[in-house]
Amino acid sequence: MEFQTIGKPTPYLGGEDPVTGRAVYTDDLRLPGLLVGRILRSPLPHARIVKVDVSKAQRVPGVVAVITGQDLATKYGILPVGQDETALAVDRVRYVGEGVAAVAAESVEAAEEALERIEVLYEPLPAYFDALEAMNAPPPWIHDDKPNNIEREYHHHFGDVERGFAEADYVREHSFFCPRLNHAAMEPHSAVASYDLQGRLTVWSSTQTPYYLHRTLSKVLGLPMNRIRVLKPYVGGGFGGKDEPLPHEIVAAKLAMVSGRPVKVTMTREEVFYLNRGRPDQYIWLKIGVRRDGRITAVECKVVQDGGAYCSYGIVTILYAGQLLAAIYDIPNIKYDGYRVLTNKPPCGAQRGHGSVNTRFAFESLLDMIAEDLGLDPVTIRARNFLRPNTRTVNDLRVTSYGLPECIRRVVEASGFFEKWRKLPYGRGIGLGCSHYVSGAGRAIIRSEMPHSNVVVKVDVDGGIGLYTGTAEIGQGCDTVQAMIVAEVLGVNLRRVRVVAGDSDLTPLDLGSYSSRVTFMAGNAALQAARQIRDRLADVVSRALSVPADRLEFRDERVFDRENPDRGVSFDEAVYMALQESGGTLVGKGAYSPPPEAQGGTYKGAGVGPSPAYSYSASVAEVSVDVETGEVRVERVWTAHDCGRALNPLAVEGQIEGSVSMGLGQALTEQVVMKDGRILNAGLLEYKTPGLLDHPVIESIIVESIDPEGPFGAKEAGEGSLAGVIPAIANAVYDAVGVRIDRLPITPERVLEALRKKTRTAGRPAEKPEAVVSASADA
Amino acid sequence: MALHDIRLKVNGVEYTAQVEPRLLLVHLIRDVLGLTGTHIGCDTTHCGACTVLLNGEPVKSCTVLAVQADGGEVLTVEGLERDGQLHPIQEGFREEHGLQCGFCTPGMMMSAYALLQQNPNPTEEDIRFAISGNLCRCTGYVNIVKAIQYAARKLHPPQ
Repeated sequence: MEFQTIGKPTPYLGGEDPVTGRAVYTDDLRLPGLLVGRILRSPLPHARIVKVDVSKAQRVPGVVAVITGQDLATKYGILPVGQDETALAVDRVRYVGEGVAAVAAESVEAAEEALERIEVLYEPLPAYFDALEAMNAPPPWIHDDKPNNIEREYHHHFGDVERGFAEADYVREHSFFCPRLNHAAMEPHSAVASYDLQGRLTVWSSTQTPYYLHRTLSKVLGLPMNRIRVLKPYVGGGFGGKDEPLPHEIVAAKLAMVSGRPVKVTMTREEVFYLNRGRPDQYIWLKIGVRRDGRITAVECKVVQDGGAYCSYGIVTILYAGQLLAAIYDIPNIKYDGYRVLTNKPPCGAQRGHGSVNTRFAFESLLDMIAEDLGLDPVTIRARNFLRPNTRTVNDLRVTSYGLPECIRRVVEASGFFEKWRKLPYGRGIGLGCSHYVSGAGRAIIRSEMPHSNVVVKVDVDGGIGLYTGTAEIGQGCDTVQAMIVAEVLGVNLRRVRVVAGDSDLTPLDLGSYSSRVTFMAGNAALQAARQIRDRLADVVSRALSVPADRLEFRDERVFDRENPDRGVSFDEAVYMALQESGGTLVGKGAYSPPPEAQGGTYKGAGVGPSPAYSYSASVAEVSVDVETGEVRVERVWTAHDCGRALNPLAVEGQIEGSVSMGLGQALTEQVVMKDGRILNAGLLEYKTPGLLDHPVIESIIVESIDPEGPFGAKEAGEGSLAGVIPAIANAVYDAVGVRIDRLPITPERVLEALRKKTRTAGRPAEKPEAVVSASADA
Repeated sequence: MALHDIRLKVNGVEYTAQVEPRLLLVHLIRDVLGLTGTHIGCDTTHCGACTVLLNGEPVKSCTVLAVQADGGEVLTVEGLERDGQLHPIQEGFREEHGLQCGFCTPGMMMSAYALLQQNPNPTEEDIRFAISGNLCRCTGYVNIVKAIQYAARKLHPPQ
């Protein structure tokens, strides 16, 4: 079948708005009587709140409302098992930057003056800034119900690793460290709230998850969901930083309710860093056993994540780190010990490639180390361990389509890998790294049997097609891709489809833009909704033209007999005929739930990792290393990504390029640097995301494995390729100068240090990771 | 605080305003004039989302005081279209997928506009250097460069 819309590079619908300044982001909203909301933040990393006195703040001219933690005492959290946060601290602060009180005022100046006049009496408590230290600390714990400051630990054992290692011809272990990161989306978070005289609350927010926000507002504010409307304006990037209900959203709502006026709370960039929810600091200890030919017999992994002061997505993050050791290679035996630890730092959460990225860096690095020890090349050792499509992994993940072999073949070919690997002059190197990711989680975050995505397609007498979806466009192109699916099914011009999205009064439930779920899940829902419309139109036209319905073709804005194309009606006529017959509006309703087989096993923690389909990626990086300064420059990156089918190749390539960019940042420059709970680089100069001059040439290659369950065969494209980029760079650095950097980011200092060490102790194997092993054993 | 009378042209329109001396140009543009296409991404002059042209030069309007623009001419993203037609730079960003979330886009386009004014036929290196003060977190910059090349070709078709 030849597609009309699917597969064509398509600029975003409504793309005129952002290029003309017409796109309205949350902070751009202007409402009559709008007040400025500001949050007072804790200067201490851990302290009891003895007293909060707001009386002086209330007397500042222009101040309309002041609230404290007591006004928002209901606990919430993105995970049902992690309801440990309040929007403002109630009796204890657990990190520098945690909100303590908030004001709404006529001006920024009045709001800031009021914050200065709020008096808080703190009683400091011992604070912990490192996971290993926190795990071994005496009481009082950061949360009284979390002994040893361990949020959650998992001890998974699939297959039999003892036997697996016994069967191995060679075993190697190594430890790695990855630092805390921030998403650094260009738009700082913002929320606007308004409370009307009918007692209805309206909240606009730069969120990836309007539905979870809706639920949480209801819970914390004690309002039924039907009295709350959540709208998502344009969102200036998310990457996981906006995919859970956040304090400022609830604060804006409460201030609006208290003041009776609309209130806007926009974060400064510094506040964004303290709001955080990025990748955690992570200690990784990894051991892989292989046969002489490179075939993996067993994998053992310990991970300790420093999740900061609250749970956020933490339990999911620590599970992903272990669960996604599987589903990329065929590993018969896996043992995983994961510890999510609480510290007095801003909470970590989900960030692009959630949970899987850091262990992937470790795994792909160690795989290269083992390959070298065995005299294998990086491609061969991976090829020896390929999965087969349509398999179930040892930890009960169902893999359907599997494009990894093709991804590797394509990047190896495009990069001329074998002409360069181990052959480039000293200081230049090339490396390979692979990765995979879920196309949405097989199980919902909330414990619910409801479909994960719902789409309504409505067609009325004007012939326009309304696509109502609860998905959150955040720049990834999900509005356009859903419209493309509907246009394809109905054989109409894309411009006929108008997307109505992200308004809880108008659009059906969708769980949101996280875990790369939207194209797969909402795409399937849109497909189903559009097919219902098509069936209805086909029925009417078939009777009118006396042509069997299954012979009707929807194409080029017409409905016609495939065997006699002249015999047909225009799309508008078909709509008119259907409306004439039944009246009302034509409505198609689609819903998507992952099939039971894609919901994983029954063991504790089995709910994280399963997905209806996995994407696969391979990246090759070519680097140059300045041996005088230690500086690594990435010259070129080739990334092939198996996205099932590229519904909108323009958007898929954009996602690959963006993922490469974020991987590049994590590999070379990004880390949140903290001292005593304070962030030393809470700004976009000091927290160094890649700029144009740092950027290599990126060659993105689309691989299409045509997934059996994805809409038109599509899988995810937004996250999966990031993780492979980091080990590709690390492996390239090794190829260039023979040093293995196992702590991210790969800074000039670390490269120089490693080069010095290498000269001193040439030929000595890497050190054993005693610190992590003993800390875990103690716990 | 004493107010200052300022007069400036924004996108060809003459404005007068009474402003506090501490008011930043970006706040004048967004909050006083209501032109919200110019964005604030960092407050500290690093991200470039607030880039506008002041007297033909790209400036980060979060580090310019409104009073410094007195008597000057400002061009913002809202001033790029002519007679309902997108400027080739705008067209380029749309057609070449030079944006995803769109938040950095106005600032990017203003830097690109200044570049093409001064250098109608930039090399890729020229483009990279000219917009190196603007951060984008979505695109990996690949299509941003293509978008500017598109505009350059359209503004100055090869002979």
